[in-house]
Amino acid sequence: MLGQSFPFDMAHMLAGGMVTVSFMLLFQDRLIALIWFLALHALALALALAWQAHRQAADDLYVAAALALVVKAILIPMGLRWLVRHLQIERTVEAVVGVGMAMLFGIGLVALSVMVMLPAATHSPLMWEDLSFALAVVMLGLLIMITRRNAMAQIIGLLSVDNGVTLAVVGIRGMPLVIDLGVACLLVAAMVVFAIYFKHIHQRFDSVDVHVLDRFRGEES
Amino acid sequence: MAMIQSLLAQGFQMMLVLAVAPLVIGIIRKVKARLSRRIGPSIFQPYRDLIRLARKDTVVAHNASWLFLVAPYIVFAAIWVAAALVPTYALGLIFSWSADIIVIVGLLALARFFLALAGLDVGTAFGGIGTSREMMISSLAEPAMLMIVFTLSLLAQSTQLSSIAHYMMTADVGLRVSCGLALLGLVMVTIAENGRVPVDNPATHLELTMVHEAMILEYSGRHLALIELAAALKLTLYLSMLTCVFLPWGIALNGAKLPVLGLGVLIYLIKITVASAVLAAFEVTVAKMRVFRVVDFLNFALMLGLLATLLLFVSRSI
Repeated sequence: MLGQSFPFDMAHMLAGGMVTVSFMLLFQDRLIALIWFLALHALALALALAWQAHRQAADDLYVAAALALVVKAILIPMGLRWLVRHLQIERTVEAVVGVGMAMLFGIGLVALSVMVMLPAATHSPLMWEDLSFALAVVMLGLLIMITRRNAMAQIIGLLSVDNGVTLAVVGIRGMPLVIDLGVACLLVAAMVVFAIYFKHIHQRFDSVDVHVLDRFRGEES
Repeated sequence: MAMIQSLLAQGFQMMLVLAVAPLVIGIIRKVKARLSRRIGPSIFQPYRDLIRLARKDTVVAHNASWLFLVAPYIVFAAIWVAAALVPTYALGLIFSWSADIIVIVGLLALARFFLALAGLDVGTAFGGIGTSREMMISSLAEPAMLMIVFTLSLLAQSTQLSSIAHYMMTADVGLRVSCGLALLGLVMVTIAENGRVPVDNPATHLELTMVHEAMILEYSGRHLALIELAAALKLTLYLSMLTCVFLPWGIALNGAKLPVLGLGVLIYLIKITVASAVLAAFEVTVAKMRVFRVVDFLNFALMLGLLATLLLFVSRSI
């Protein structure tokens, strides 16, 4: 059943799985489910990193995989869940564009990232595949941030962008571990800031819809 | 002689799907009943229902046209022919070379077209509602189905189901995310096209949200029996297609001997039983969606098909 290209197929499947989960994040409109999908996204990232570490026999990638697993797949989703429960906002996320439209945009973005990374194909097809999937995940994360009005969903989009950036690391050799460690610490710190920020918005406006802020500043009637 | 043998094998397949179809419905109902802590009717109850319906008189509305009377036969024939083209216990049966997977989609569309016409023919409100909903669902499900077909045929370099299944059995498929996406998409299309639970509830007869049941509300007697059998055949067809493409192991190869064919039949029966049980278990765990959400559901299936094709494009060039 498993052919010659198994190592490549495995990497392809994990990266492709991340792109698919990004689409699920785009599609899902309930906060708790969104957080579950974010955890799944990070889990796929951790597996992709671990697989790459195994293939390249690179120990620092193992550390990166463990970091992704513990921080991104367990701690951050747990924190977000606590926040959602705490603020009592387990309700529907309203998207600005319809889901169908967002999906079409998403497909377009995936096609775009494959095309943009085409020059890398002459260099190494493996690199092309890695970088185009990573770029697709980043683009989809940005799309999630654009289409959602709920601050929590926007943060989830931002975190999926970060996962995409880390996925790009897989394709580039010699990324220092220090950077990855730094990013992980930064994320945890950012989570604390987000939590305080949400709490303030929620206390003041009784909602985490960011359009309330626009209205408050008088930018929108 | 070889001609007769291959015709016999094909005839056996057609009889097999016809015989298995009510059993699939029976198994699904039984598993659903057991999972909701009821005993449920025997798995052979659908056969009894069909026999009872076939014996009963048919009542036809007095403003029904000839179309209403011929539609059940056309629907049944189209679906039966389509079911004959899907490999079940053996690959490369004689009919399967005459038409590919796109023809199967076309035959199913033909059946749906006539059923929709029959739903409109008598002019009752329910028939009209059911027809319009069925048309909406199918207009969304068909592009998704075709996208998945394109993915599979790009992968296997053929639109013949036999060739696709044969390709899936060989080693060079490897592990592909596109296959997983296509599988998920095809499962979603199967659920939508057969009116299973999240999209339509086959167990209700008078509900404002019914789709398939609303179209056939005016039918009775042997016409109803034919339509029910056709619906069961359609579900069997989709389950067979899923198993032959994504779980082809154990299917008899082209020109196999009799014992291998027997084994193929046995394995097919096991696969279809397991598939029905899994479908039933899934149906118990989800609630029916609102009709407006079906659009999102099927858009997601279409998107999976598109994504599968795109990812295939990246991986194929290596």
